[in-house]
Amino acid sequence: MTTPLLELKDLRVGFKDAEGNWAEAVCGIDLSLDPGKVLGIVGESGSGKSVAMMAFLQLLPSGARVDGHARFMGEELIGMPASRIRRIRGKDIGCVFQDPLTAFNPVIPIGKQIAEAIRLHDRSVSQRDAIKEAERLLEMVSIPQPARRVRQYPHEFSGGMRQRAMIAMALANRPRLIIADEPTTALDVTVQAQILDLLVDLRKELDIGLVLITHDLGVVSGIADEIAVMYSGRVVERGATEPIFYETAHPYTSALIGAVPTIDEAKPLDPIEGTPPSIFARPPGCSFAPRCKRAQDKCRSNDPALEFQGATASACHFPMNGAFRAEIQ
Amino acid sequence: MLAYVIKRLIAIPFLLLGVASVSFMLSQMTKGDPLAALVPERMMSNTEVVAAVKAEWGLDKPLPVRYAAYLGNLVQGDLGTSFATRRPVAADIAQRLPATLELVVCAMIVGTTLGLSLGLLSAKYRGSVVDSLARMVALVGSSLPIFWSGLILLYLFSVRLSIVPGTGRLPARVDPPPDVTGFYTIDSLIAGDLSLFLQSIAHLALPAFVLGWAVTGIITRLVRSSLIEGMAQDYARTARAKGAPEHVVLINHALPNAMIPLLTILGFTFAYLITGAVLTEAIFSWPGIGSYAVRAASSLDYPAIGGVTIVGSVAFLLANLLTDIGYAWANPRIRVH
Repeated sequence: MTTPLLELKDLRVGFKDAEGNWAEAVCGIDLSLDPGKVLGIVGESGSGKSVAMMAFLQLLPSGARVDGHARFMGEELIGMPASRIRRIRGKDIGCVFQDPLTAFNPVIPIGKQIAEAIRLHDRSVSQRDAIKEAERLLEMVSIPQPARRVRQYPHEFSGGMRQRAMIAMALANRPRLIIADEPTTALDVTVQAQILDLLVDLRKELDIGLVLITHDLGVVSGIADEIAVMYSGRVVERGATEPIFYETAHPYTSALIGAVPTIDEAKPLDPIEGTPPSIFARPPGCSFAPRCKRAQDKCRSNDPALEFQGATASACHFPMNGAFRAEIQ
Repeated sequence: MLAYVIKRLIAIPFLLLGVASVSFMLSQMTKGDPLAALVPERMMSNTEVVAAVKAEWGLDKPLPVRYAAYLGNLVQGDLGTSFATRRPVAADIAQRLPATLELVVCAMIVGTTLGLSLGLLSAKYRGSVVDSLARMVALVGSSLPIFWSGLILLYLFSVRLSIVPGTGRLPARVDPPPDVTGFYTIDSLIAGDLSLFLQSIAHLALPAFVLGWAVTGIITRLVRSSLIEGMAQDYARTARAKGAPEHVVLINHALPNAMIPLLTILGFTFAYLITGAVLTEAIFSWPGIGSYAVRAASSLDYPAIGGVTIVGSVAFLLANLLTDIGYAWANPRIRVH
């Protein structure tokens, strides 16, 4: 068995509120990703999916408390000294963020920002060569006229071009893993597909593992090898992509699938009623119970554990085991 | 950008016309009698003398005529003749402005260097002792009145410790360098006189520090808050995700963004100091615009008051223009427009 590229074990992230009470935004998640594979993490805003990834990269603002384990190529990242994790960030793990306009520094030319990513990890590269390399990277992500573009500022790029440049920057040091946090959410719908294709093609070509964080199941459906669905700081269902869609066990997953628009059938979208609970006031039992159409008394008192029930692992007392479509309608 | 600068330059004369008019009207509205500056006390009862003086200075003419004459002279660069010095105001100002400019430029260098360093320190070590210390040094500078801090420092460093010389621009019996720029530091270098240069620097040091320290507070606070804000931005997270250590995020990413508000404050501060260096000039017997303005105001020397007002306005307008140009340099987002 190969060492997983990334392995999270009981990862927990806590924050303090204004009164000093601790609450967990991520309450113990287990995930693993093999080299060169794609893991999709899906969930609503506030489900803890981005926080979990930023936590083991030590990119959360100070004040967050991170516990548990996160191993990257066998090496523990939690508690790793800042000076050592810096050598992994941007080198072995690249990040693509949601809004490329704010994620780039507005007063520094794009080329210089990419060059910085290179030179931070290899001081022997001259600024000149780094800019040349930035040019090549821009060309790799299909940005026309890269020689002109490297000298331009972020505001001179279109949204899609900026995200391409962001991908180029994440790839600058040939990482083993890319963490893409809602990489297409801030983009026009027409551009989203192009950016996804680019990300997937380059990933395949360079044999890079990818964690794709999104709130849109449709985004990961054709790309991910595995999918983890998160709700209120927990993984509620996890499995290979096909069974997640066709042998869904968790009612939340099925509700998410119901909320994906299709062009084949002219059916109204089925929204999920209500909002996720605040991390400071989670209900006892299953966090999804207040919004779940199948919830019973047991769900409101006992919190289900994540375990294999059929083709996927799910945290539900009453898994649906693929029979959901008929039941939901 | 060039078109913008030209547009702004064209607007300056019109703005000055407004400033000149307002300053003229205001000085006409004051209750004081400028004759007091022109006619000796004991001649005041002599109507002939008073009438002659009034005629000589044009004070017998109706207001609109005086206003028109004032503007007419102004357009030709004639600011009138000072009641007190009996010299053209323009000449007085030309003689004194370089002294003020030299002082203010040095004070700005001191204030910016101190403010940037303290701001960087307190942002880097925010919440620590270093932060508190840096902020205290800055706060003390802007809270202490200059007439107090100036006198104390003068007493301490000049009288007691003899580290710096006393007041004035040069020692009493030393001739100034041949006039080229009016800046003694530069002119002495042009003349190739190194000892004169060192003497002028020594005389500048304390007043420039006192004035610079006074503006350090506002610069420190601005730099600190902009840097802390910048360190929480998405681009700072991106830099960290690239593997940048905190000091690189601070210097390479937060600082260039902090330059934008800093330039605005620097431009404003510079213009403000041109006419706001009064107290420093008074304490250090600095023959600049500030002391001239005080004298002009206390003796109702209308032409001199008007002249100083106009110089101050020009300084403000030019500083604003330079700020805008600097702003475009620091902020590429507005450069293209």
